[in-house]
Amino acid sequence: MKKIVAIALLVFIGALLFTGIYAIDGFPKYGEAKVADRVSEGYIMKNVTEANTDVVYGVSTNLETGSANYVTSIVVNYRSFDTLGEVTVLFVSSLGISLLLGGFSGKLRNRCKANFILRMGSKVVFPLIIMTGVYIFIHGHLSPGGGFPGGSMIASAILLLYLSDEKFRVNIENFKKTESTAGSLYVIIGLLGLVISNYFLSNFINTGTVGALLSAGIIPIIYVLVGLKVGSELTGVITDFLKEEVE
Amino acid sequence: MNSVNIVEVIVAGLLILLGFLAVNSKKMITAIIYLSLSSMLAVLSFAIMKAPDVAITEAVIGSGLITAVFLFTLLVFKKVGDE
Repeated sequence: MKKIVAIALLVFIGALLFTGIYAIDGFPKYGEAKVADRVSEGYIMKNVTEANTDVVYGVSTNLETGSANYVTSIVVNYRSFDTLGEVTVLFVSSLGISLLLGGFSGKLRNRCKANFILRMGSKVVFPLIIMTGVYIFIHGHLSPGGGFPGGSMIASAILLLYLSDEKFRVNIENFKKTESTAGSLYVIIGLLGLVISNYFLSNFINTGTVGALLSAGIIPIIYVLVGLKVGSELTGVITDFLKEEVE
Repeated sequence: MNSVNIVEVIVAGLLILLGFLAVNSKKMITAIIYLSLSSMLAVLSFAIMKAPDVAITEAVIGSGLITAVFLFTLLVFKKVGDE
């Protein structure tokens, strides 16, 4: 009886939402929204201060943001302060985990012995995963992805090593140093922008040609820093999870 | 309705089905596997909706790291329960 009531309630609320949304004037149907009317054209044409001109891939030079990927140009250039906040949130959560689990001994929990296929396969796959992660955050301004997925991919490669070899340990001190250095450099780059062109985190380096690997000014630098920071942070979180409790 | 693709409908239906199975499965381990499968399908639906950035993030975090963390937690629970 309870389940039937729950399902009926769910269907009722779903129908209410569905009809309610389409009853609003001007709410477009699925797939019929005109993006050109909504997204500010200045962000797409990479020029928010002056009149818009056409942007041609591989030809246009020295735009406001030289990133070929719209998402990256907004996330790391126009709204870079927001990304700094996101990185801080991740830092605070990893700090909380190490505070909660920090009382545990440095000894890692005994794990069951991995089988042959996992042990041999991880040795083949590990460098490929690391390479893909580094590729994703180096090409963050050209292709989808960026610092966060690339860093998590590196952390998952370390997790694979933990699973495949019960004697495997990482030197967590080095990861903590990498993380703090990368985080500080992000803020320092922001302050350099404040000194050079009067805005925090402004893109003060020449942005180059759209679509080239070495382009987009500070965006690749920031994405490499974010990738290193996220990767080392999540590795620390995984190591904390695997620690044994002190009896 | 001509803009709705048949693949999108199948993916959406499977997402709902897998979410239902994840909530209703009796064993924890099956629930985790269903959750992982549903985030795999979420990756597909993000790619269909032309959000590749979100799709990559979901693929790495949703179906990779989250599943691993849940499995570790489950192993710890089992150890405590056995003693």
